[in-house]
Amino acid sequence: MSRIGVFVCHCGENIARTVDVAAVAEAIKDHPGVAFATDYKYMCSDPGQTMVKEAIEEHKLTGVVIAACSPHMHERTFRRACDQAGLNKYMCEMANIREHCSWIHEDRADATAKAIDIARTIVEKVKHNKPLESIRIPVTKRALVIGGGIAGIQAALDIADGGHQVVLIEKEASIGGHMSQLSETFPTLDCSQCILTPRMVEAYQHPNITLHTWSEVEKVDGYIGNFEVTIRKKARSVNEDLCNGCGDCQAACPAKRIPSEFEAGLGMRTAIYVPFPQAVPNIPVLDRQNCTLYKGRRKGLAKDACGKCKEACLKGAIDYDTEDTFIKEDIGAIVVATGFQLYSIGREQPEGLKGYGEYGYGEVPDVIDGLQFERLASASGPTAGAILRPSDGKEPTTVVFVHCVGSRDPEKGMKYCSKICCMYNAKHAMLYKHKVHEGRAVAFYMDIRAAGKGYDEFSRRAIEEDQAEYIRGRVSRIYRDGGKVKVWGYDTLSQEQVVIDADMVVLATAIRPQPGVEQLAQTLSISYDENGFINEAHPKLRPVETNTAGVFVAGACQAPRDIPDSVAMASAAGAKVMSLFSADELEREPAVAVVNENTCIGCMNCANVCAYGAIEQREICTVDGQVCGHVAYVNPGVCQGCGTCQAVCLSKSVELQTFTDEQVYSEINALCFWE
Amino acid sequence: MTDEHTLAGAGAGEARTPARYAYYPGCSLHGTSREFDESLRAVAAALGVSLTEIPDWSCCGASSGHTTDHMLGVALPARNLAIAEEQGFDQVLAPCAACYNRLSAARLAVDTEAGFAERVPEIIGRPFANSVEVHNAVELLRDAAPAIEEKVAAALVPNPLDGVKLAAYYGCLLVRPFEVCGYDDPERPTSMDEVIAACGAEPVDWNMKVECCGGSFSVSRTASVVRLGRSIIEDARANGAEAIVVACPLCHSNLDLRQKAMVQRGSRPMPVLFVTQLVGLALGLTPVELGMPRHFVNTEPFLADLVQRAAERVAAEQKVKEEAAAKAAARREKAGV
Repeated sequence: MSRIGVFVCHCGENIARTVDVAAVAEAIKDHPGVAFATDYKYMCSDPGQTMVKEAIEEHKLTGVVIAACSPHMHERTFRRACDQAGLNKYMCEMANIREHCSWIHEDRADATAKAIDIARTIVEKVKHNKPLESIRIPVTKRALVIGGGIAGIQAALDIADGGHQVVLIEKEASIGGHMSQLSETFPTLDCSQCILTPRMVEAYQHPNITLHTWSEVEKVDGYIGNFEVTIRKKARSVNEDLCNGCGDCQAACPAKRIPSEFEAGLGMRTAIYVPFPQAVPNIPVLDRQNCTLYKGRRKGLAKDACGKCKEACLKGAIDYDTEDTFIKEDIGAIVVATGFQLYSIGREQPEGLKGYGEYGYGEVPDVIDGLQFERLASASGPTAGAILRPSDGKEPTTVVFVHCVGSRDPEKGMKYCSKICCMYNAKHAMLYKHKVHEGRAVAFYMDIRAAGKGYDEFSRRAIEEDQAEYIRGRVSRIYRDGGKVKVWGYDTLSQEQVVIDADMVVLATAIRPQPGVEQLAQTLSISYDENGFINEAHPKLRPVETNTAGVFVAGACQAPRDIPDSVAMASAAGAKVMSLFSADELEREPAVAVVNENTCIGCMNCANVCAYGAIEQREICTVDGQVCGHVAYVNPGVCQGCGTCQAVCLSKSVELQTFTDEQVYSEINALCFWE
Repeated sequence: MTDEHTLAGAGAGEARTPARYAYYPGCSLHGTSREFDESLRAVAAALGVSLTEIPDWSCCGASSGHTTDHMLGVALPARNLAIAEEQGFDQVLAPCAACYNRLSAARLAVDTEAGFAERVPEIIGRPFANSVEVHNAVELLRDAAPAIEEKVAAALVPNPLDGVKLAAYYGCLLVRPFEVCGYDDPERPTSMDEVIAACGAEPVDWNMKVECCGGSFSVSRTASVVRLGRSIIEDARANGAEAIVVACPLCHSNLDLRQKAMVQRGSRPMPVLFVTQLVGLALGLTPVELGMPRHFVNTEPFLADLVQRAAERVAAEQKVKEEAAAKAAARREKAGV
């Protein structure tokens, strides 16, 4: 006979507001098999847990039901308490009367009745629970970091400094990400390259870090502690071992008019190129799309149309016939740090996006975005740091900065706030005023969101010390009018229309996740939100974990983030990886399917439907070693406990240890037929 | 006007069902903008589009109606749509931008707002299934662009519009709000530019395509309307336009009628044509058939200039041909010698 203890939690007022918790405890006390029932304000607190432990001892409990919050929240907490009191921890279950009851109902009597039903259901389940042992799986102490921006670099360095191997992959030719494009950073105005490039070099030279640039994740198999990752090293056409980074190939390349991605289109590059002089590694890639030789080959020319870079290379490092190669790495944990892109708001838009054609971006040369302004203001940029407008190279005397272009606009753009624009707009206005003293900087804003240490002071400084004119209101149109750029806006404070004859306009366009992040998320089995940002496991308590164990997230691929946030998040993800690597084995819940070999007929239906490839065929032998049949076998390390095999098994021979048919039917009976 | 031809040349030569519209002229096309009505009918006939005026049509409910009461603003146009429905039509042509907007808005309201589908038939006293689509003249002409191009190419006389730079002016109600109109981009529309290009003329890229013409303030705040109109006309001119093309009676009268005041303040006159008149000229209809003499800004100098330029082009082409022929003859002679 079971002796089950039921502990009903008030969760402060979260449950007690709509559920009469004392009545729940009172009602369940008389349920068959219940030996003890009580309620308490905070069951998860130390006194609450002590209450559970003492009751186990005093009432010789064989099972525990905690009627409180979701098992996601505190199941682990209470199972640990039971374990400490000498009760097998899998004899403890949560009855969720918060998310499933009190939070979603208003009527107290109805909610109380439902809470009793829920508690009774779980009591019936626990009657059929069996003591189980946790599964132990080995851990490969090697991390994969996807993305070589500041977040990826930080995470890689932290893990590598902790003594573990790291594989860092970056899809571009160089690590550094968007931070390497920035001029100066808020709120201190320190030079972005000066703080970033040493970190890039450190990552490259770290004995524990293997860097693959111009590479992408192709495939991920396995599970926490035991991933097998296939990396695609895109054909670089340059032998990384032979190249010494002299730059002769770049100088020899005749295709010199290709818009540079690093310069945000404001500068040009060659077809064989290093994105920027401080690139890490300082090894060029050959852009086959724009290369004269490859263009010729695509046209089917018999003879190669060019070959200047190969002639120029004294090291013989250039090979036009390289192809993509694939390498496999055994990995224990993955950090996703793929970063962001700016919303390109021009007229041509992919499906689902509307753009802002009325702002003239992409048509009026002096309408640029934030990253382009960064390049103009950067000492290493196309103008060597002078603020000169793209159309005629003249110094603009009036610059308009427009906040929230595509952000906070559910009608046409993104619903969310891009978070960093208020700060970088203030910075841009300052940088402009520091270089063009007589110039006029006008900013159109919705609200100034400058929350952060030293942030509000910084944006006030732009207004008060550098005389940036801030106008609260939106811009309706931007168009070219002779040599000027007309900006039509509305000042919502003075309620007047504003028309500004600007020389240049800088649009703070929305932050969006990198293109292709959805496919990557699918490869990793992690979820993303409607905007393509990676979902964290819990917005408050598990901000750097994803819903797939062993996969972590850092930086602007999770939400718009500035540098300090990205770095903090990266270090947090790094710490999570290190704590995972601190033990040789991982403990996993035994929520896996188990095959009853005595009844299994070996039809392998289960293996056909298993999405994780966890089921294999096993031979059954007689005593003298003769094979006499086949049965299914579930690899407990791979099984994710989804239960699909259980649903399709014709002979009822496979079931989840934690959700047996008996348990589930008891729950249904308790719900449907109990008076 | 009811004879039905096929839209010749449309859809790569395949025979299409004859375009058949219930025609809702609205007050403007029977009054201040008769030339829009005249040119539309003439062009429709030339393109084989049948227009049947809705019998006993009434006010579309623009401005005074819909600003007084929302239900009134929906019921008034719904009555006209219901009559078209009774007549067995599945589409209505409403050339006036305000009519088009009100008729479309009524359709949307009856479709989406709670209770409207039940109440509107009661109010207008006749069944209403909201089954009739509403189109404007620009939409019709844009869809007929291949037919227009083909007819222009097949004409025996030189096209007077060849290479003429024109500014397409859409104003507000033709394309906005997007939920109501939805046939073109609300901020950067292109439909009328496509029609201009089909006529052989060159649509200019300019900035005031959808700016306000002053609307019905023409009477109460004339000075504002003159100011707005001038900025529109000056931008068109600055971008190389020789004339402005419109598809709204109110836009037309604000730009055309009020130019007198602008000209007095030193502006040069700028012809303002209805899009139907433009297509008519390309199809070889006469200015009188198209109601051109009704404009306040005299279009005669502009049209005369077009004709002269066309003649000069023809003469120049002829000269080139003759010179080439003479050269060839000279070569032949030399070879013969």
